[in-house]
Amino acid sequence: MAATAILITTDHDFMQRGAFPAMEAFTIHTGRAVPLRRSDVDTDQIIPSEWLKRIERTGFGAGLFSEWRADESFVLNDPAYDGASILVAGPDFGTGSSREHAVWALQDYGFRAVISSRFADIFRGNALGNGLLPVELPAETVETLQAAAEQDPTGEITVDLVAREVRGAGLVASFELDDFTRWRLLEGLDDVGLTLRNEELITVFEATRAAWLPSVA
Amino acid sequence: MGRTLAEKVWDAHVVRRADGEPDLLYIDLHLVHEVTSPQAFEALRLAGRPVRSPDLTVATEDHNVPTTNTLAPIADPISAAQVEALRKNCAEFGVRLYPMNDPGQGIVHVVGPQLGLSQPGMTIVCGDSHTSTHGAFGALAFGIGTSQVEHVLATQTLPQGRPKTMAVTVDGDLPAGVTAKDLILAIIARIGTGGGAGHVIEYRGAAIRGLSMEGRMTVCNMSIEAGARAGMIAPDDTTFDYLAGRAHAATGPAWDEAVAYWRTLASDDDAGYDREVVIDAAGLSPYVTWGTNPGQAAPLGSRIPVPADYADPAARASFERALTYMGLTAGTPLSEVAVDTVFIGSCTNGRLSDLRAAADVLRGRQVADGVRALVVPGSMQVKAEAEAEGLDELFRAAGAEWRSAGCSMCLGMNPDTLSPGERSASTSNRNFEGRQGPGGRTHLVSPAVAAATAVTGRLTAPAQL
Repeated sequence: MAATAILITTDHDFMQRGAFPAMEAFTIHTGRAVPLRRSDVDTDQIIPSEWLKRIERTGFGAGLFSEWRADESFVLNDPAYDGASILVAGPDFGTGSSREHAVWALQDYGFRAVISSRFADIFRGNALGNGLLPVELPAETVETLQAAAEQDPTGEITVDLVAREVRGAGLVASFELDDFTRWRLLEGLDDVGLTLRNEELITVFEATRAAWLPSVA
Repeated sequence: MGRTLAEKVWDAHVVRRADGEPDLLYIDLHLVHEVTSPQAFEALRLAGRPVRSPDLTVATEDHNVPTTNTLAPIADPISAAQVEALRKNCAEFGVRLYPMNDPGQGIVHVVGPQLGLSQPGMTIVCGDSHTSTHGAFGALAFGIGTSQVEHVLATQTLPQGRPKTMAVTVDGDLPAGVTAKDLILAIIARIGTGGGAGHVIEYRGAAIRGLSMEGRMTVCNMSIEAGARAGMIAPDDTTFDYLAGRAHAATGPAWDEAVAYWRTLASDDDAGYDREVVIDAAGLSPYVTWGTNPGQAAPLGSRIPVPADYADPAARASFERALTYMGLTAGTPLSEVAVDTVFIGSCTNGRLSDLRAAADVLRGRQVADGVRALVVPGSMQVKAEAEAEGLDELFRAAGAEWRSAGCSMCLGMNPDTLSPGERSASTSNRNFEGRQGPGGRTHLVSPAVAAATAVTGRLTAPAQL
């Protein structure tokens, strides 16, 4: 499966235009789904801490769910789901550690979107910052998608960020994502570039900070 | 309508607000460690960007470092390379670093408070979910991912959607023998691992006011285990007394000015919360976890649940899976669960008062035969203070190991790990599968329960000794 490379440009023309592409844009993705019928999938399971010692941003796919993959009955070991790109998981996905490596591992393995009825906040922020789309749908819709993927692993579903809906398994389900985040994902814009458009506001704010605030200078 | 503590701190840090966009928040303190920063520094390097505010950035080595034989090179080459990368990055970008063996080194969430860097009303971030610890000071403190670490290094700001607010009010006084750790485990058991999702929790009420700063840090530390974006406690005289005289606290008229501001931060009487939970402290007792997430906790005097306790099929499946992983039987009294290892330390319970609490239980007693007990101070300063009180000798005499500072057995990133199937009573914060080493089985407990458990070899409250 192709790794999702994180592109970091040194093109200063781009930066002067205010934003530069640092992640793969997400518009509409159609792919096969893997049902992961577990709740509270914490980031220690997504990528065990032993993998966090790496100083690179790529190559984490081999560590994805590595403890669970040691069990041959684990769903990702089922050849029927090879090449699937949408993970359909139980509630409270991505709890625990702030490790962005969890997102990098999912992307490096080939996932473009994760569907769950609830995501942990830090994981969700990390995913949105990297172009891995966290799609929140009602638990019963997630259940329907899981059942469909179990019944027919070859069935495709479409995650459409433009229309903010998931289509497939005989259903069309809308999901919510704020306009700003959606625009950022559609354009593949990274936050640093966007923030630096407002650098003068940061400088103005800095001048107002109280003198007693701690500093290690 | 009035504003809550969280709203006041938030509003005081908005650099830019625009309709339909997240607020751009100024960050007063950025704590850095070796695990979640290398890719962020590399991105700065590739983009040719400096660290905007090295004076507001502090780094320490904690996750990877061994806690024995610390003067020798780190044996694991991958850990050594990551620690070396942090040193190189801090030198190149001008960031203050507390390296291994430095008297200021320690777990990032122990170091910030002990230096007086964590103060009321500040925004504090770190590439670590337990950054919520610093909310004990009335700071808005939260964990971030590596891309956000890069963002803060480059801009000293972070775009953030405004969180919802949640009040957890703990009325009454904690009964004797019930600690801050028991309280937060009980809160998470009550509201669940997703109970605080999208919210900043403010802990309020008499029982919270009665906690020491270190107890408050323990409570706020585990806010993330309830899914909360942050946990906060309004600053009061306990907070100011803790801060006064610390290395980075203001002095003289500047201190008075700071305290006057800090006193304005408490939530207004007419402030509203999006969600409120009330807990009666009098009904609490020592809590321990039996499962594989921090919400799977129960009073130590009770039994492991049974399937009939779960109406929701997903919750029952999670329960059954947890029991299988933990090698436990439904309905077993928790006090009958035997452990192999006891770990006392971590950013949750690695401070001086935690070590004192464990020492009080172990004084004149012995660690049970066949039980391994590790005591790992949260920082080199905590280590020095504990040694000045003779706690190191007390722990050694009781048969426990006395270590150097680091994250140690809280997570399996350094030589301190559990073996497959090995069971621990641990004062850390996560009982996830494999958290303390592949196949390891973790029961989260308070320092006092950890020490009593070391004595008997099974989950035990000090009152039972």
